Amino acid sequence: MPQTQVNPTRMELTRLKGKLKAATKGHKLLKDKRDELMRQFLDLARENMALRQKVEEGIKSANQNFVVAKASMSEATLNTALMAPKQQVNLEISEENVMSVEIPKYETKMESADENDIYSYGFAFTTADLDGAVRSISDILPDMIKLAEVEKSCQLMAAEIEKTRRRVNALEHVIIPRTQETIKYISMKLDENERSTQIRLIKVKDMLLNKTRDYDNAQDIYTIEVETPATGA
Amino acid sequence: MYKIAVVGDYASIYGFSSVGLDIYPVKDAKEGEDIIRRLSGSQYGIIYVTEELASRMPGEIARLRSVRTPAVILIPGVSGNTGAGIEGVKLNVEQAVGSDILFGDMD
Repeated sequence: MPQTQVNPTRMELTRLKGKLKAATKGHKLLKDKRDELMRQFLDLARENMALRQKVEEGIKSANQNFVVAKASMSEATLNTALMAPKQQVNLEISEENVMSVEIPKYETKMESADENDIYSYGFAFTTADLDGAVRSISDILPDMIKLAEVEKSCQLMAAEIEKTRRRVNALEHVIIPRTQETIKYISMKLDENERSTQIRLIKVKDMLLNKTRDYDNAQDIYTIEVETPATGA
Repeated sequence: MYKIAVVGDYASIYGFSSVGLDIYPVKDAKEGEDIIRRLSGSQYGIIYVTEELASRMPGEIARLRSVRTPAVILIPGVSGNTGAGIEGVKLNVEQAVGSDILFGDMD
């Protein structure tokens, strides 16, 4: 269906042709972007799933260790032991640009370089179970950070892919066909105008010719009428 | 310089304080929403939330999905794995592709 309310002029036709060209080019570029994003996204999503399963497994076993640790000492002792942590994780966020999506890269820095600083308590009143539990959490931490990075990237990329996909579809199924239709409509209308002008010219020419012929005839008759007596005389 | 927070019920998260993450124990979803809203506006780059708490405040979690920082990541609590984290990964694929073509048969 051609656009309603369009001026069938040569200027409008040129404008629409330019628009069609831009739309086609844009469509091609966006399609390429979508395909490349999709390829990277699928790899990332697989990695995300694998990491998530690993982390969930790790946290589950760490939680079990903590339950065991809690069982073997009083709650007050446990709370006191973990009350004042010595270690602190600092996070540096840098950004990487993947097909115009800014995805985060995380880098952690431990406040204290001593890796034994995760044990924020004296060993006199706590059991070895607690040490094991804390160790297991500490072991899973790098994977948790990695998981955060990958999962956030996946979320951002999924949103971008959805947006790009919509744009590609809108161009492919709405903008481009509609512009083509309108171009067709305008060029047909222009051709029609041209034909009607030509016909009008032919008609005018005919009329002029007729008029001239009538005039000539009239002239002939006049000449005959005027000249006949002369020849007769 | 960013920090990392863990939000959830106390029993599920107290262990994380030992390795240097900031813990924010909450009792209900209302409190959780307030905390998350406050943390997302400050210097936290990653916020881990227990699946159980996240399931009671889906709006806040969904809002932070499209924000670049912080990353809100679901983790299982002591009460066990609800599968919400795995569901989130599937949701991403569904959003991007249109249907879950990677993990559709996984359960």
